[in-house]
Amino acid sequence: MKIRVDPDRCQGHARCYALAPELFSVDDYGQSSVVGDGTVPAELEEKAHLAIANCPESAIEALAG
Amino acid sequence: MARVTAPVGDWSQDFEVLDAGYIEDPYPIWDDLRQSCPVAHTERRGRAWMLTRYADVVEAAHDIERFSSLEIGVINSDVQPEGYDEADAQYGLPPISADPPLHTWTRRLILPWFSHTRVAGYEKLTRDLCRRHIDGFLEAGHADAATDYAQQIPVRVVAQILGVPETLSDTFTGWVRDMLEFADDPERNLRGQEGFGSYLMAELERRKNDPGDDLMSELLATSHDGEPLDDRLVLGMAALVMIAGIDTTWSSIGSSLWHLATHPDHAARLVAEPGLMSSAVEEFLRAYSPVTMARLVTTDTEFGGSPMREGDKLLMNFPAANRDPEVFERADEVVLDRAINRHVAFGTGIHRCAGSNLARMELTVALEEWLARIPTFRLAEGAEVTWAGGQVRGPRVLPVVFP
Ligand code: HEM
Repeated sequence: MKIRVDPDRCQGHARCYALAPELFSVDDYGQSSVVGDGTVPAELEEKAHLAIANCPESAIEALAG
Repeated sequence: MARVTAPVGDWSQDFEVLDAGYIEDPYPIWDDLRQSCPVAHTERRGRAWMLTRYADVVEAAHDIERFSSLEIGVINSDVQPEGYDEADAQYGLPPISADPPLHTWTRRLILPWFSHTRVAGYEKLTRDLCRRHIDGFLEAGHADAATDYAQQIPVRVVAQILGVPETLSDTFTGWVRDMLEFADDPERNLRGQEGFGSYLMAELERRKNDPGDDLMSELLATSHDGEPLDDRLVLGMAALVMIAGIDTTWSSIGSSLWHLATHPDHAARLVAEPGLMSSAVEEFLRAYSPVTMARLVTTDTEFGGSPMREGDKLLMNFPAANRDPEVFERADEVVLDRAINRHVAFGTGIHRCAGSNLARMELTVALEEWLARIPTFRLAEGAEVTWAGGQVRGPRVLPVVFP
C-alpha cells in the first residue's frame, strides 16, 4: 500500500499525525506530508486506513500498489 | 428587543440561537431541522440562514467566494466603542475575519505559534496550572467545575503566549465574556470591547520600546511586502488569539466535565483505560462542539434550494453538523472509543482553527489532571447547571461534588 497527502486539500488538522505518526509528518504551518515515498509497511496498513478515514478534508489518498 | 427574545414557534422560519431552551437543549431542534428544513431562516436580527447538515456546513465553509468571512459573528453587535473608526474597523481580527489574500498571509504568521512543537512546549505549564487549581478545592470536596477550573486554564496559557501577566487573567476572562457571550447586551459588549482594546493598545506601545519574545513583539518586528505590519493588524491578530483561545477551550473543558459528572461509567472507564483519552477527547469535541460561525453572503444566490440575498448572514452550525446521523453512527451518543470521527468542531477549509493543537492539548491535560485527582465526582444535589450559547456553547455554572 502507498499513500499520499493532497497539499491543496490539507488544512492542517493534524489528525493523521496524531493517529499514525510513523507515516506522516507535519510542518510548522500544519501542512502534512507522508514520510519517505509514502509506502506503508504491512504492519501499519490499519493505521493508514484510520488516518484516511479520519481526515476532515479527505486529503489522504491510497494509491494502488 | 422584545422581538428578538419572543418565543420561537417555527424553528425553520424564525430561529433564534439565544433562545433559552435552545441553549439548554439544542439537540431535538437540530434533529428536526436537519430532517425538515436543513437551511433554516430567520429575520430576527436581519436576514439570516442556518445550516445543520454536515454536508451543507462543509460545502459552505469551503465556498469562500459566495460566503465571506467579513462577518463571522453569529449575533450582530451594534455597539461601537468610543473613537470607533470605520477605516480602522476594516482591519478586523485577521485571519478569522478576513478573506484571501489578507487571510492567507496573516494566518501564516500565526500558525507557527501553535505548531505541534510549540504546543508540546506549553504542556508542562498547562499541567502545573491544572494541578494548582485542583489543589485549591480538592480538600473542600466540591467545586464549580466551570468557574473554579475550566475557566481558569486557557486564559492563563494564552496569557503566557502573549506575555500578559497572570494577575490580569480574570480581567481578561471578563472582557472576552462581555464580547462573546453578551454580544446582545450593548452595555457589557461595549465594556468588553473598550477594556480589551485600550489594554492591547497600551501593550503595543510598551512592546515597541521594550520588545519581548511574545507574539505581539514578534509581529511588530515582522514585515510583509517589504513594509512593517500596520499597528492595527498587529492589534487585531493579538486580540484574535486572545478571544479565540479562551471561551472556546474553556467551554470544551467544561462540557467534557459535565459529561463525565453525569456519566460516571464513562469517568470510571477513562480512569481504568487511560489509552482511550485521545479518542475520548475527539468524541467530546464532536458531541459538545462549542463553536458556531457565520459568513456574509456575497451575492444573490441559492443554497440547498433556499434563495439567499447579498448581505444575508449564513450560520454554519458546526455543533449540529457533528451530530448528523448521515455521517456519524449513534450520533447522539458519546462513544469513548469511536474509531472514525471526522468532526468539524474546529471548522473546515481555509479557516481551520489555527489553535487546534493547543486546544487539544489543553483539553487532554485538563481532563487527565482532573481524573488523576478526582476520579469519581457527580453533579451537586439540586445543582443548577447553566449554559451559555450562541457563538460559543458551554456550561457557565457547574457545581460538582467529590466527597
Ligand atoms: C476547543 C477549543 C476551540 C474550538 C472548538 C475552536 C474552534 C474554531 C473554529 C470553528 C474556527 C473556524 C472559524 C471559521 O471557520 O470562521 C476557529 C478559528 C480560529 N481559532 Fe479556534 N477554536 C478553539 C480553540 C482555539 C485556541 C486555543 C486558539 C489559539 C490560542 C484558537 C485560535 C483560532 C484562530 C487564530 C482561528 C482563525 C483561523 C483562520 O481564520 O484562519 N482557537 N476556531
